[in-house]
Amino acid sequence: MNEPKAMKATTYREAVKEAIREAMHRDQRVFLMGEDVGHYGGCYAVSKGLLAEFGPERIRDTPLSESGFVGAGIGAALGGMRPIVEVMTVNFSLLALDQIVNTAATLLHMSGGQFNVPLVIRMATGAGKQLAAQHAHSFEGWYAHIPGLRVLSPATLEDARGMLWTALEDPDPVLIFENNTLYNMEGMLAADAGPVDIEKARVRRPGRDITLITYSASLFKCLDAAEVLAGEGIEAEVIDLRSLRPLDDAAYLASIARTHRVLIVDEGWRSGSLAAEISARIMERAFYDLDLPVERLCSAEVPIPYARHMEEAALPGVGSIVATIRRMMSHG
Amino acid sequence: MTTPDKEHAIRQLRQMLLIRRFEEKSAELYSAMKIRGFLHLYIGEEAVAVGVLSVLTAKDAVVATYREHGQALARGMSAGSIMAEMYGKKEGCCLGRGGSMHLFDAATRFYGGNAIVGGGLPLAVGLALADSMQGRSQVTCCFFGDGAVAEGNFHESMNLAALWKLPVLFVCENNLYAMGTALRYTQASQDIAAKAAAYDMAAAAVDGMDVMAVEEAAGKAVAHVRQGSGPYLLECRTYRFRPHSMFDTELYRTKAEVDEWKKRDPIEILADRLVAAGLFIGGERRDLEQEVATEIEAAVAFAEAGTWEPIEDLTRFVTSEGREA
Repeated sequence: MNEPKAMKATTYREAVKEAIREAMHRDQRVFLMGEDVGHYGGCYAVSKGLLAEFGPERIRDTPLSESGFVGAGIGAALGGMRPIVEVMTVNFSLLALDQIVNTAATLLHMSGGQFNVPLVIRMATGAGKQLAAQHAHSFEGWYAHIPGLRVLSPATLEDARGMLWTALEDPDPVLIFENNTLYNMEGMLAADAGPVDIEKARVRRPGRDITLITYSASLFKCLDAAEVLAGEGIEAEVIDLRSLRPLDDAAYLASIARTHRVLIVDEGWRSGSLAAEISARIMERAFYDLDLPVERLCSAEVPIPYARHMEEAALPGVGSIVATIRRMMSHG
Repeated sequence: MTTPDKEHAIRQLRQMLLIRRFEEKSAELYSAMKIRGFLHLYIGEEAVAVGVLSVLTAKDAVVATYREHGQALARGMSAGSIMAEMYGKKEGCCLGRGGSMHLFDAATRFYGGNAIVGGGLPLAVGLALADSMQGRSQVTCCFFGDGAVAEGNFHESMNLAALWKLPVLFVCENNLYAMGTALRYTQASQDIAAKAAAYDMAAAAVDGMDVMAVEEAAGKAVAHVRQGSGPYLLECRTYRFRPHSMFDTELYRTKAEVDEWKKRDPIEILADRLVAAGLFIGGERRDLEQEVATEIEAAVAFAEAGTWEPIEDLTRFVTSEGREA
């Protein structure tokens, strides 16, 4: 019998920081750059303490020039470095959209395979902290639309700790979206936790009755909903996508083949969302496995409002997930 | 101006002639529908690419714009690989994936071929950052037009490069028009070199029609950059003799203005100077023209003989080989 694994209490924030620290130690080409990552310690305190440990060359404060420093990250990657670029929030990444989409995602193809861009961009995403309409959106689905990018969404402590190194080993640009409501999440993590795969979705809770497909912070809402429903005899299977591009189609299709029902929970807006894409793939490839139509729970199609009750109403929540599943299950 | 070194000057004249005749041929092939997409000719601006690239070494990097045939040729990319690229052939420098606006070449550290105005500047900053962090004494030379100066990327990149004292040589090719809108309609201050002062960056402006003047100014600039004194902005005042692209009817400038600038043709300025110095005699010009014509003929033949990449390869290079798109 194996020894029980040594575990330690940590937070999502600490897990990301440990991942950065490990990468900095493992590879001298790795450096972190972004707004307030150094002297301030990171907008979400992820990089607090790293400046003292690694110095200002490798924990590099940038001016408020998202396009400039994301582009510089692309250039540095071409020049043989392994940059981790932190963009403060997903909304600010729109200022660098040109560099991400027109340059990082296209260079390899445009150059006929000559120039790949081994760049990692991390950013905070998501609503839930009353940050209103310019700091709280979920544009992961937009980025997942772009060929040439890999888009990751770590929800768990293991993934927060483990995805970064694997992403840094990828030869192409990788975007990592960290939901801002997760940074304070506490939990136990294996003391020897390390790199994880960035290819596969995971079943986070098995169940026979309905498949819940989700990612990021919505994972925990889905798990809570599944717990509530278990008390009513409904067993929901919860799938954490982890990678939004490419999508691990096989994982959710296999689940649907068992449950015959599916609800997609996506904090993006419904129209043209990642949920829409997944729904289309299910129609194309699992239509005859379904007992009833695919359903989606997405954010209301409004800019995220400030007032707490309004923000909550705009997002998928445990209550709406439970209610939707009850209704779906009542169709037999 | 000092007397030119004959061998060096003739090499530069040959490069400028190669660019000029290559592009004249390209325009012809565009009309013959052999080349498609956008085609932006550099004719008139040859002294900038040739003068600046004369002072770089093979280890340095070059970032250019969508009007980059001149830089690519002056950097040493073969006329055949560029022509084949514009034909869309597999033998092109980018397998036909990029076309005229996106020439890339790892062997000569030529990083495009960037067709978002100003988009190449952050890239150059990053390449220089990598050199700086890895202790390499290489220079990244970034070409851009006067239009790019209005972009945020220009100001963000100037600031980043100066802030981090990076080895970037910024070369603004000021041809007075951002596509078809004169600088006076788009810039509050039209003195581009002066903008460097806001970033505490060294700068100079030079006559971009005179290759010897460009080389001398670029030599000083690159020496400044190479010795670790930080980036440098070199504004080359030049003029595009041809329309912006093959679709431009040139409503925004007069024929008289174009003719006035053509009197300052960079090729003739250098040729005249060689003749005046008694260094260029009799049939040498004709021989040079013949050599260049032969090279271009070979390039066209190479492109004509090229093959099409198989359709099955369409999704190659979206991600690195072995990865799912």
